[in-house]
Amino acid sequence: MDTDNKEAWGSRVGLVLAMAGNAVGLGNFLRFPAQAMQNGGGAFIIPYLVCFVLMGLPLLYVEWAMGRFGGKSGSHSTPFMFGSMGKSFLWKYVGVMGLFISVGICAYYTYIEAWAISWAYHSAMGHFIGMSQEQVAAFFTNYIALGTSEPVVVWILCVALNTWILSRGLQGGVEVAAKIGMPLLLLFGIVLAVRGATMTAGHHGAVYSGVVGLNYLWTPNFNSIWDPVVWRNAAGQIFFTLSLGMGSIHCYASYVKSKDDIALNAMSAGWMNEFVEVVLGSAIIIPIAVGYLGVDKVVEMTRGGSGFGIGFMTLPYLFTQWGPLLSALSGIMWFGLLFFAGITSSLAMGTPVMAFLEDHFSWKRRSGALAFGLAVLILGIPSVLSQEAFNEFDYWAGTIALVVFSLAEITLFAWVFGMEAGWKEITDGADMKVPVAFKYVIKYVTPVFLLIVFVGSMPDIWATLTKKVTFHVAVARGLMVSLFGGIAWLVYLADKRRAAL
Amino acid sequence: MSPTALTMMLTAWITVTAFTLYFFWKVVKAPPRAEPDSFADNDDLPR
Repeated sequence: MDTDNKEAWGSRVGLVLAMAGNAVGLGNFLRFPAQAMQNGGGAFIIPYLVCFVLMGLPLLYVEWAMGRFGGKSGSHSTPFMFGSMGKSFLWKYVGVMGLFISVGICAYYTYIEAWAISWAYHSAMGHFIGMSQEQVAAFFTNYIALGTSEPVVVWILCVALNTWILSRGLQGGVEVAAKIGMPLLLLFGIVLAVRGATMTAGHHGAVYSGVVGLNYLWTPNFNSIWDPVVWRNAAGQIFFTLSLGMGSIHCYASYVKSKDDIALNAMSAGWMNEFVEVVLGSAIIIPIAVGYLGVDKVVEMTRGGSGFGIGFMTLPYLFTQWGPLLSALSGIMWFGLLFFAGITSSLAMGTPVMAFLEDHFSWKRRSGALAFGLAVLILGIPSVLSQEAFNEFDYWAGTIALVVFSLAEITLFAWVFGMEAGWKEITDGADMKVPVAFKYVIKYVTPVFLLIVFVGSMPDIWATLTKKVTFHVAVARGLMVSLFGGIAWLVYLADKRRAAL
Repeated sequence: MSPTALTMMLTAWITVTAFTLYFFWKVVKAPPRAEPDSFADNDDLPR
């Protein structure tokens, strides 16, 4: 094997925190509560947890197992990991998606991290104090319309920070970031959740108490359980919240030795993500927003299934109602936790790219990190310049590709590699007894769930493809096709290189 | 808060929190494997 990759995890807790950090993203705080609001309130948790058990956990097991299996042969990224599990040479090129998705998502995701840094700064400096709600929203609109140079400067700094942390390696960079970021994220989340849930009407201008928002969010509409759209949305939420189908879990797990546990680690990281999403995610934006704006307005604002507008355009205004000190602290904590949620995920996306260059082209860690940072900067420019390009990257690289990649990986694992061999990979060295039912769930149930999610998104894919293509959309699509082609070409070169050795 | 909403919320929160703590506790308390294991921090620790 042509690898100079000497990376290793420092500790097991560090690995679990890094995996949890990979899974915990902005969607835990912004998407989950909005989805719950729109899909049956408290009853949403039923299909949501069923999907977690039947799709989320099985895919976690599969990705951890594929990663550790690939690591045995020195492959820490999906192309050659997949190539070692399936006989056809085509699997290597299916694995290209694992790298494509990582770079494609980081191209716009790091920009959102930059917004969080900027908003934490503006909150700390009290810049939102005295503004009306409309002015705060306009401040954001002006920001993303590049009314100032700030977004570009902060974004470049953010990519540089990602690159620097990655260049310090798995143990000295990624793991340290997770060990700092995750506890702070939990601390900030708990403080804000307590504040949101205990807000009382009449104090600091709140019209309703925080409990009103929680009451609306958790009041179950049991009729929704029979609605297939609710199930599809629950499956989609589980899928995206766990960072499945991206290649990052495979990469992190590939540094675990074959005799060491993956089953318990996967459970721990997965449930940690659920804690952040279900407990903290439900107790921040909805109670606070409903407290000031009322239920009807918040339902309207979450109509698209996202709390993004509330998170960036409304909460900073609402925080200012709490007085200068609390407003600054709340802004720092809210945007700080969004930043930590973001950067622990983007670092996970950078790691497979570096591993690929280290494994197959003998690049040094720093060169790999620089190459990743440079690729993100180049590919991210359209997303910074145009919201259309941003949405295009998010749709194809950050949504559709994940589902396609997961369908491919579970087919490879359960049907090509074989479930008997796959089950052995999952249970070898396990520090817990994995229920044998998962063997059948992985083989039969999870692929069906994924198919439902994919087929359910077909009308939307068709509508997107038949929509008028603007210049920015064309550039974004061109870049994504070039990115995929470029990585496939590198895989081809690496394959030649391996054959020559 | 209505009793149904409160029940749903507390059931979900308690279930998720319990599983999270249980699995993390098991990770923390799991005995280390014989060297060479996957983790560098404990390489010099006596077994």
